[in-house]
Amino acid sequence: MTLDRRNFIKLLGGASGLAIAGHAAAQAKTGSAAVSAGSAAEIMPKGSARRVVVIGGGYGGTIAAKYIRMLDKSIEVVLIERNKQFVSCPFSNFYIAGLMPDMSALTINYTKLAANHGIKMLHADATAIDAAAKMVVTSQGRLAYDRLVVSPGIDFMTDGIEGYDAKTPEIFPHAWKAGPQSALLRKQLQSMKDGGTVVIGVPLMPFRCPPGPYERACLISTYLKKHKPKSKLIMLDANPDVVSKKGLFTKAWNSYYKDIFTYIGGQVTKVDTKAKIVVADNFDDYEVAVANIIPPQRAGNIAVAAGLTDDKKRWCPVDAVSFESTIHKDIHVLGDATLLPSDGGAMPKSGYSANSQAKVCAINIVALMNDKPTTELSAINACYSAVSETESVSVSHVFKVVNGKIKITASAVSPGDFSIAKTEKAYGESWLKNVLTEMST
Amino acid sequence: MKQRWSTWSLAAGALALSASAFATSPTPSNPPTPEMISFACAGCHGTNGGSAGNLMPSLASQSKTTIVDAMKKFQSGERTSSIMGRLAKGFTESDFEAMGDFFSKQKLHATNQKIDKAKAKKGADLQEANCSRCHLEDGKEGKDDTPVMASQWLPYLQMQMEMYLTGERKMPEKMAEKVKPLSKAELEALLHFYASVK
Repeated sequence: MTLDRRNFIKLLGGASGLAIAGHAAAQAKTGSAAVSAGSAAEIMPKGSARRVVVIGGGYGGTIAAKYIRMLDKSIEVVLIERNKQFVSCPFSNFYIAGLMPDMSALTINYTKLAANHGIKMLHADATAIDAAAKMVVTSQGRLAYDRLVVSPGIDFMTDGIEGYDAKTPEIFPHAWKAGPQSALLRKQLQSMKDGGTVVIGVPLMPFRCPPGPYERACLISTYLKKHKPKSKLIMLDANPDVVSKKGLFTKAWNSYYKDIFTYIGGQVTKVDTKAKIVVADNFDDYEVAVANIIPPQRAGNIAVAAGLTDDKKRWCPVDAVSFESTIHKDIHVLGDATLLPSDGGAMPKSGYSANSQAKVCAINIVALMNDKPTTELSAINACYSAVSETESVSVSHVFKVVNGKIKITASAVSPGDFSIAKTEKAYGESWLKNVLTEMST
Repeated sequence: MKQRWSTWSLAAGALALSASAFATSPTPSNPPTPEMISFACAGCHGTNGGSAGNLMPSLASQSKTTIVDAMKKFQSGERTSSIMGRLAKGFTESDFEAMGDFFSKQKLHATNQKIDKAKAKKGADLQEANCSRCHLEDGKEGKDDTPVMASQWLPYLQMQMEMYLTGERKMPEKMAEKVKPLSKAELEALLHFYASVK
């Protein structure tokens, strides 16, 4: 999959201009390097203090910014984020299925985080990175860094889906970035007539939040069972099998949602938003009332534009200790966008992984900037998924580094009989509270 | 450790000389520090172990013995748990000690919660008469492996007490002696008291 040219031009638009876009596109093709910072005016000129710039105020970026300041107050931190608020993807399936009145429990802002830790917020679009000049180009001008952290999340690769264009998500929402897309999917479910067909299209791995689609299947089924019992939910999964917590999700589908839900192998290859048809490579067409098409994913646009992705233009290879890019020096990448050297299972692309990685990265950025030795990674992933309105199951991992590669030292899921599922539902809520508090204070 | 440091220095020198080394060799580094190991816990237990979620205990200011003892019991399965036992299996005893070193140095995490004042008042007397030999300083400190109770979330405390009473969590003998004669209302009053202490 190559970078979508139309999006790419749009991404690089604004102050930086087409000259840069052309240059970057050429560079992106060869998989190499730098974009010239061009003529954009410099903002926030760097004083004598060393500076880390963080791009992206999500699960990874907020934590990197905060922990760098906690560990070394002499380092200036600028956090670039286009939105004034952040809406959490984890738990957004509850909102989509009508089990949360609104998105307030999922939403944080940056005011307290910035004030408590002396982080300088820049609400702007980061459009390009000049790795040679150590400059980030934003919609408001360019700014200098000593080290850069890129935590861009994901963007979509839609070339493999015939008929999918920029407007498609407005009819067939992905709801794989929380916010307006979640609201749209919820509204479509609520306004559809009883008896309609809902389709969830799951992309091939790797994608953000492996258990997410299957949790969504459970919670949308819960909604349909209660409010629209004549309706059907079909999951078209491009993967050969359920990719996360298989036994647990399968049990939920068989025990609770048999009359509503069907799981089918099949990759979405074509969409027709006018005729409301979804076509899969299992040779079936589906006439849909609601289609939640989750396209294949890659690192967020800025990472691709900056040449931080590997030769497949998909994920950003990084060192397993410092999270420094193996392509560009002094640039570190976090979260969903990363490709980590691993021995055995990879770190899942989850919010908890991004949180844990950001701390490892912060410790080692501070070490590197102070000419101290770096410290090996020790990280955790813990992830709760709902299987019904009142029950959740979890998966947990512990990660260490052995010979420069990430190794899982423990990995396990909840017991298969749902004996602790009600407790885990409550634990999941406490997790959300803690992790969002950590990101916003 | 010393050897690792010299390896690192050499590698750093090599990095400066060779740009290609940058792209291929992983950064050699020291083994995980207490901060490295413990920061990861904050996703569920809050920054520096100060919990904002009312079913997750604060780890801040717990003694090293308390943390190490709890983690060993989670790891062996002696203490029943959902996710904790599974996570504990990924760590070594020296990791537990590192966690103990880190969290014992953090300040007590004060919480603001809805407390029944009458219950808390009654609980204060019960604490003094029954629990204060191990739960020191109104539960702000603990003797040996006794956990800090002060400012823990009431729902967390209630859940743990329920587990003690049903036998799901094993009560230490000294605690069982004191708890047995108390009524459910008295135990509830005690928990309100601990939750109220800042």
